[in-house]
Amino acid sequence: MADPMKIRATLQGDVADVRVLMAHPMETGQRNDAAGKPVPMHFIQTITAQLNGRTVFAADVSQAVSRNPVFAFKVKGAKAGDKLSITWQDNKGDKRTDEVVIGAGS
Amino acid sequence: MKQALVLGIVAAVAAFLWLPAAAQVTDPTAAEFDKFREIMEQDNPAELFEVKGEELWRARRGPKNASLEQCDLGLGPGVVKGAYAQLPRYFADADRVMDAEARIVHCMITLQGFKYEELAKQPFSSLVRTPEPVSLVTYIAAHSRGIKIAAPQNHPKERDAYETGKAIFHYRAGAFDFSCASCHGVDDKRIRTQPLPNFTKPEQAILAVRGWPGYRMTGGVMHSLQWRLNDCYRQQRFPEPGYVSETLSALLTYLTVNANGHVYRGPGIKR
Repeated sequence: MADPMKIRATLQGDVADVRVLMAHPMETGQRNDAAGKPVPMHFIQTITAQLNGRTVFAADVSQAVSRNPVFAFKVKGAKAGDKLSITWQDNKGDKRTDEVVIGAGS
Repeated sequence: MKQALVLGIVAAVAAFLWLPAAAQVTDPTAAEFDKFREIMEQDNPAELFEVKGEELWRARRGPKNASLEQCDLGLGPGVVKGAYAQLPRYFADADRVMDAEARIVHCMITLQGFKYEELAKQPFSSLVRTPEPVSLVTYIAAHSRGIKIAAPQNHPKERDAYETGKAIFHYRAGAFDFSCASCHGVDDKRIRTQPLPNFTKPEQAILAVRGWPGYRMTGGVMHSLQWRLNDCYRQQRFPEPGYVSETLSALLTYLTVNANGHVYRGPGIKR
């Protein structure tokens, strides 16, 4: 069900500037649907980024984050050709992993 | 005396040059939104739909279990790059002028075996669902980023579509006795804080093309031009136009041809 992410990783020296767009409804649980019924919570809980298999970034996320969110962070010690994979998991157990090779264009 | 005359001419030229520019900048609200849009464009969630659209383009789907890679968008089967900038155009196989979404729906029907009735049932994006043609249009549109709009006017039916579109644009009717031109046919109109572009002028007609398909931040929904025009009809209290109908292709031909020569910036972001 989960749709692909869009990951951009550009190198500046040995620092990779990573920007990732994730497709997710990020329901807060506070909204009602057209029929007036509350829409159940559905949001990303954890995000991890791995550089060549080593975890370099981990985050716990709440419902306060917007729909289809953008995350940006920097990774030190990266070089062209490194594999960067990003994984999110939501409160329903749904998850998605996407991978890019740094320096291979956006 | 001579000097004064020259000065007068310089002043007149300056005033002439300054006026149109000033008309664009005098609206501080619009300037703020432009700034906001510029920042948001760097990470436009429309790209998510672009990626999704690409997946859909390549996947073997539908009753015929075929991909869309043989779909001819006007530049030959499977050619995506630059195709969006040259739509709407005439297609001999369908014997009509088609805009991007109309062509995609045509390909989904002919190549993949989908039914028009099913696709037209819920053609617009909602909080819970983005129809496949919307993602596909976003994918196609993204591959014309930075390319000049050049909707053709070579075939008689393309010229016909332009004239029909122009007539629709100026057609006043409905409970409000409105036409598209009532709001978009004169300079410096606005609704609430939003300035309304005059689509009869080339430099403003591009605004009807440039931001679409667009990601609407209110609600986080991806919308296509089919949705936008449908909403224009609703706002005018006109009967609902048929999804990917010739009527809408004609109206889009009129708007796009007016914008010819201006650079398309890819899928946009809306507030």
